[in-house]
Amino acid sequence: MATFRLEIVTIEGKVFDEEVNMVVAPGVEGVMGILPRHAPLLTRLHFGELQIKKDGQADQFYAVGGGVMEVQGSQVIVLADSAEHVDEIDIARAEEARQRAEERLAQASKDQLDFDRAEAALRRSANRIKLARRHRQRGGYGVQTPDGR
Amino acid sequence: MASVREIKRRIKSVKNISQVTRAMQMIAASRMRRAQEQALASRPYAAKSWEILMHFAAQGTNVEQLHPLLASRETVKNVGIILITADKGLAGGYNGNVIRKTTRYMQSEGHEDASIVAVGKKGRDFMLRFGRKVIAEFTDMPPRPTSFDVAPIARLAVDGFLKGEFDEVHLAYTDFVNTLTQVPTIRLLLPIKPGADQLSDVMRDYISDTKPMTKAPYIYEPDPTTLLDAILPNLTEVQIYQAVLEARASEESARMVAMRNATENAKELIGDLTLTYNKARQAAITKEMLDIAGGAEALAQAS
Repeated sequence: MATFRLEIVTIEGKVFDEEVNMVVAPGVEGVMGILPRHAPLLTRLHFGELQIKKDGQADQFYAVGGGVMEVQGSQVIVLADSAEHVDEIDIARAEEARQRAEERLAQASKDQLDFDRAEAALRRSANRIKLARRHRQRGGYGVQTPDGR
Repeated sequence: MASVREIKRRIKSVKNISQVTRAMQMIAASRMRRAQEQALASRPYAAKSWEILMHFAAQGTNVEQLHPLLASRETVKNVGIILITADKGLAGGYNGNVIRKTTRYMQSEGHEDASIVAVGKKGRDFMLRFGRKVIAEFTDMPPRPTSFDVAPIARLAVDGFLKGEFDEVHLAYTDFVNTLTQVPTIRLLLPIKPGADQLSDVMRDYISDTKPMTKAPYIYEPDPTTLLDAILPNLTEVQIYQAVLEARASEESARMVAMRNATENAKELIGDLTLTYNKARQAAITKEMLDIAGGAEALAQAS
């Protein structure tokens, strides 16, 4: 099956850089699946789950906290504000981050930019927790479930 | 020749200094490693966001009209310069180099009255001493700066540009090449001009392709203006953030090298002084012995 190169980059470094068959990403206007030879596309990403499909391998899931995705030719670049493999999420730490974000949100109400940032941090950590819980309940990544996800 | 005791005292003081410089070298070395890691880790992000913007620019003919942050002004009167230096000295030529580069630039471009946004105490102090216009200062950055620390600087630049307080904003900082080489750099931050020339040398390696691979029109979600509204301020912030990290890695590297040189010089000086000390000691002993021998001789002749 045809492949394309997917790069996921965050400010802390390159998270993923491999040839893949398909990626399902949380666009701001809806979840979208990208296959090889997709038309050029530039979109913002929402908080959510990014799914990577590769032949002969179990699907991989990343929790992304917003960002930008560019599709062009045989290359897809995801510039994520944050991105972690679901297996690497530390739920306890994410809980702490959520609490911190909640406190900051309560304090930052005066300044719009601070407020936006705190809100984004809160949504990121909530997203992280949600995805980590969901994937662990299923017995972790690598287990195919009946609905094929 | 200086007296034996004097030389001894000098050796002791040089030894003390070398201990201090050695300690500073160690501290700088460990900070340097962390700062270098951080700077290198975020380079792909900064480079890729630039790459996306270049693809975007290659699409339309009137890129400048799409967003105010992309529009260059006909006459450039008010210039803002974000000058990134260290808070502390003792880093060899690090602070001096970037400050000199900036003042030369201000002279040659006729921007003597440029508004300076000083990040770091050294740059602020220098510019104030020479009566330049320092409009804002950001000092005491944490050793591991996050994008939270940089956000206010970016906001100042973007707001100032949009309000017309600046017609151009430049970024003056030191690019980190390796532990021994750091290059003072000045580049245009705003307006954002998609093109490789706005990119620093160290970043160019991370860009794979500046030309889009396909000619087909892009699909934008949401529409281009909304999309740019979200990307461009963020891109500006990323560029500043990257500059701060590069500067930090350069600073600690420069300090480490400067302190290592100082320690080595001290070692050499101690060697020289010890030699002089031994010579002086020898001379004193010889002189004493001659005195005793002379005295004994005189006594023998007298009797």
